[in-house]
Amino acid sequence: MRLEYSAEELKKVANDIRIDVVESIHCGGSGHPGGSLSIAEMMAVLYFHEMNVDEKNPKWEDRDRFVLSKGHAAPAYYAALAERGYFDKEVLKTLRHIDSILQGHPDMKKVPGVDMSTGSLGQGISAAAGMAHYAKRAGKDFRVYAILGDGEIQEGQVWEAAMSAGHFKLDNLTAFLDNNDLQIDGHVSEEMSIYPVREKFEAFGWNVVEADGHDIEELEAALEQARSCKGRPTLIWCKTVKGKGVSFMENQAGWHGGSINDEQYETAMKELKG
Amino acid sequence: MNSTREAYGQALAELGEKYSFYVFDADLSKATQTVHFAKKFPERFTNMGIAEANMMGYAAGYAACGATVFASTFAEFAAGRAYDQIRNSIAYPHLNVKIGATHGGVLIGADGGSHQCVEDIALMRAVPGMVVLCPADTAETKACVEAAIQYDGPVYLRFGRLGTPEIYENGLTCSFSIGKGSVIKDGTDVTLIAVGDLVSRARTAAELLEKEGVSAAVIDMASIKPIDEELIVKYAQKTGRIVTAEDHNVCGGLGGAVSEVLAKKCPVRQEMVGIQDQFGRSGTPEDLAEYYGLTAEKIVEAAKRLL
Repeated sequence: MRLEYSAEELKKVANDIRIDVVESIHCGGSGHPGGSLSIAEMMAVLYFHEMNVDEKNPKWEDRDRFVLSKGHAAPAYYAALAERGYFDKEVLKTLRHIDSILQGHPDMKKVPGVDMSTGSLGQGISAAAGMAHYAKRAGKDFRVYAILGDGEIQEGQVWEAAMSAGHFKLDNLTAFLDNNDLQIDGHVSEEMSIYPVREKFEAFGWNVVEADGHDIEELEAALEQARSCKGRPTLIWCKTVKGKGVSFMENQAGWHGGSINDEQYETAMKELKG
Repeated sequence: MNSTREAYGQALAELGEKYSFYVFDADLSKATQTVHFAKKFPERFTNMGIAEANMMGYAAGYAACGATVFASTFAEFAAGRAYDQIRNSIAYPHLNVKIGATHGGVLIGADGGSHQCVEDIALMRAVPGMVVLCPADTAETKACVEAAIQYDGPVYLRFGRLGTPEIYENGLTCSFSIGKGSVIKDGTDVTLIAVGDLVSRARTAAELLEKEGVSAAVIDMASIKPIDEELIVKYAQKTGRIVTAEDHNVCGGLGGAVSEVLAKKCPVRQEMVGIQDQFGRSGTPEDLAEYYGLTAEKIVEAAKRLL
């Protein structure tokens, strides 16, 4: 079922996801805070507004699918699933522990609600396109969503997937591009430029919509536009801030991955909980 | 003579009537022979273009939705080029993708080293949970394809390019199942264990050895992983000498797999006929067999070194 949260409620969900991200990475001892915090609004809008899913029946065959192609943002994925009720929020504190279902990167065999295992960059988008192609083949009307990292689209496989999704006219596929312009070693534009984004995807047969990745209303409008676009997959090109919501993490490549110590945890929680 | 890749294409087209699987290819459908399935079941076939990594991802996406998919290309472009996609998108989530890899080994002929995959069995054998099959003839190919469909999880199937003599005929029935080897000839002095095109050559080698008074058993080990440990131990005890034969690097292939069992459970001397850690090269299949020592005569020589 699709939930119909208001924009105000979705903003709160996004903030709760950020709190969960900081909490789980603090408890887990390591993780990827920067790129998890930059997709909080996307996750909130997907799981509390857009996607037709059932947390009580995670493997329902007609559900919409989601693939986190940038698998390292798993803490935000797990937070959204826990907030939606796929599993208890307490489980978030076991992130990366030896006996936890919450692996460092999403594992579909372990986590209720995870539709595809990801982690090796560039692969998730192919699987998402495969799911969308399958839906058309099998006469199913579920939709497929994916989130790509901006550094991730340096992988050649992304362009194989983009070419095929355009070729097969997969209008049931919508991918977000989390464009925070930072990757592990620095700025995307300086390390290996991905730009221009719009022209590249359009040339591959995609419908490209731009949005502020932290603006709920813009994300909702972009998803609406994606639904109404026929014959082409949609890329929602989201300008985002890496580490969004935690001042000392914002726009810092160093917060791509790592651990959050007790002091940093307290500061972050104060900011997020106001 | 039928090749196992032709048998693969025939098996897909035939079994497509009984089972509802999908088939993908990467612009090689005439070579991999998936074209037979494509013609018969166009609604279940997709040509993914020359993009093997993406093909494996699509297959994973289909399988994640509950479908069974055969993803086909040459061994080099499956196990080699798309290794990480097979590992992470298919094997890690244990999805129902069957990788139909044709043109394995050097005996494919003139295309040369870039296309002659001599390490695919080693690569796929090392992937946790992957089943690795390499049938020897038409009947066994069909049995392997059907077993792969029925098995819940990823399977790597390796086929050759050359026409190869039938093994399971004239009263010898194919009773293939995953995890079991097949004794195609019994013997007491030495055991020849082979896969794929080398099974018929091992059979010829056994005939040559018989003429010299040496009793050689021949085992077709089409299920390379899981391997039939019980059968290997039984014949190691019975004959005390093992020769493995494969069109693959002896490092990590059938030779390696058999020696792992022997070292643990029944150490006896072993000779390994196969590619001796080299790349392939262009040539006729006959010249290549001579060059790399993949002939019945070389299997005989290896057996004699153990006597």
